[in-house]
Amino acid sequence: MNPSKEIQLEMLRRMVRIREFEMATMDVFKRGQIKGAATLYIGQEASAVGICLALQDDDLITGTHRSHGHLLAKGAASDRVMAEVFGRETGYCKGRGGSMHVAALEVGCLGATGVVAAGLPIAVGAALGFKMRGEKHVAASFFGEGASNTGNFHESLNMAAIWKLPVIFVLENNRYAVSTRVEQSCPIEDLSVRAVSYGIPGCRVDGFDVLAVYQAAAEAVERARSGEGPTLIVTESYRFDGHYSGEPEVYRSREEVNEYRKKDAIPRFCNHLVENGIASPQELEEVQADIAQEIEAAVTFAKQSPQPESSSAMDYIYA
Amino acid sequence: MTAAPARDATSLGAAAPIMPSDLIVQVPPGTPTQELSMQEAIREALREEMLRDPSVFLMGEDIAKHGGAFGVTRTLFDQFGPERVRNTPISENTIVGAATGAALVGMRPVAEIMFVDFSGLAMDQIANQAAKLRLMTGGQAKVPWVLRMPQGGGAGKSTAAQHSQSLEVWYAHIPGLKVVLPATPYDAKGLMKAAIRDDNPVIFLEHKLLYSYKGLVPQADYVLPLSQCDVKRVGTDVSVIASGYMVWHAMLAARQLEAEGISVEVVDVRTVSPLDEETIGRSARKTGRVVLVAEACRSYGPSGEWGMVVMEQAFDYLQAPIVRVTGRNSPIPFADTLENGVWPSTPDVVQAIRSVMA
Repeated sequence: MNPSKEIQLEMLRRMVRIREFEMATMDVFKRGQIKGAATLYIGQEASAVGICLALQDDDLITGTHRSHGHLLAKGAASDRVMAEVFGRETGYCKGRGGSMHVAALEVGCLGATGVVAAGLPIAVGAALGFKMRGEKHVAASFFGEGASNTGNFHESLNMAAIWKLPVIFVLENNRYAVSTRVEQSCPIEDLSVRAVSYGIPGCRVDGFDVLAVYQAAAEAVERARSGEGPTLIVTESYRFDGHYSGEPEVYRSREEVNEYRKKDAIPRFCNHLVENGIASPQELEEVQADIAQEIEAAVTFAKQSPQPESSSAMDYIYA
Repeated sequence: MTAAPARDATSLGAAAPIMPSDLIVQVPPGTPTQELSMQEAIREALREEMLRDPSVFLMGEDIAKHGGAFGVTRTLFDQFGPERVRNTPISENTIVGAATGAALVGMRPVAEIMFVDFSGLAMDQIANQAAKLRLMTGGQAKVPWVLRMPQGGGAGKSTAAQHSQSLEVWYAHIPGLKVVLPATPYDAKGLMKAAIRDDNPVIFLEHKLLYSYKGLVPQADYVLPLSQCDVKRVGTDVSVIASGYMVWHAMLAARQLEAEGISVEVVDVRTVSPLDEETIGRSARKTGRVVLVAEACRSYGPSGEWGMVVMEQAFDYLQAPIVRVTGRNSPIPFADTLENGVWPSTPDVVQAIRSVMA
């Protein structure tokens, strides 16, 4: 059964917000207005939004090096994420983290991480803390198919399984770890069967279908909250942009990218909303226009925000 | 009267140094005390903190009924049960990462890595995650965990290359971590309590040879400050800067030289990082002569850092070049004769002190 109209419209808003945010990030990056690297989530929006809308506000997530989308899906404010990407004092991390390490603890985002698979053990620990205190919260950890080949993946799924911890492991298969195709790094096609090793459920969903992701997440959350332990969810999607924005992408063809772009989650979900009478084409245009305006304002906010003072560089090293 | 020698009944080899029981006296006369080994002192600190604060819990390999590789957590499982004295799989990186996650949601985990030598397996979670989260989140996050790790070698223990290292500088080099290396039961108990109550990730290194060393510890609750050196012996002619097991060599050397009329001050760097530069500088300015003693390998080891602190803070006061006594630049070999060939000894410290006095 599909979620309420209200939730479905929120799904749309959050997916569009991520898309617009990432397009804006790409734009300011290409103009040289931000430093560092822009690792964008374009194409994968349905994965983060489907998972995060199945969570409550006080549930937690851990992210990856490609986490703008995870934060926005969990409810982070676009202007404060953008200010962080710009390295400004008004960003969630006061310019100390940047795109790669943006975190927003007030909305349950423990942080993005520059080290592949580093978020899994932290999610396991957060879930352990919840369980020890008798709190019914859930921790969801996002990571890619590349991360599923690390020792952290094995250690974390194993530990969460033996202790029946309330963790949702979200393996976002976007088919490339930088330039390495999933077929070159994983000997099996269906990565959800890796769950079998830990005696936990694993499922594989279309990562371009936000309702399918939401459905899988809702079941996993229910399982976690009722004390039955962790679940592995594999969302099959694709990143439309390079590993970082502007990279040469010599490892894949334009044709392949274009094929996947036809599966784009956002127009597909828009069609669903109109066909099922959940939203009119006019309402969809309003959502698009509102979010575009919000992101434009976020960029303006970030640009106009002060940079951190060099004299404050030694702040926040020790608590 | 503290700090009895008491060889560990399980220790191997013939050359384990026996230190006089009264070398280090820390508790003022008249204080109600109990005699504890360092192993017991750490255990009592854990027990008291677990009774005081329900968010404190222990996790690590074989720490439950088995009590850990060195018996430190023995009896705590019976008292607190499997939730709070939590056996883990052999998963070092996830042990530390899980401690971080639990700390982020308000717990105060004390995790154990069986030997510091194994901590390379957890290095990403220690150095890239826990140590940096405070800064990376702009102060949103705090990570109040303690990571207990036995370290050190020497003196015929014969635990060889992968169970004997002194690795405090691995962690002292990472801003965001605190690194503690106690030399006595009194310090171990008071610093462990401070480490648990501290809001930062604290690396707590326990020298294996010291587990069986006994000393007097106050019966009443006490907490020692982190990030401070402790002057273990006041002297006027030469400052010996040392930490961990090397404090004992320094104290024994000081006693031997007292008979020759040389007054030695011993500064115990019981918190390796952040370093209390002021106490080192003050002592060096007072005596004008400095010997540095560290068990870790010589190159890029603690002595290099301490020596630079002396140069920065006391150069104009120095009456002799700084001399250092350190472990040699070698993996720790197995045979005890070879191990003794790379490890500092009391005669090495005596000779170094004589050389700066010449």
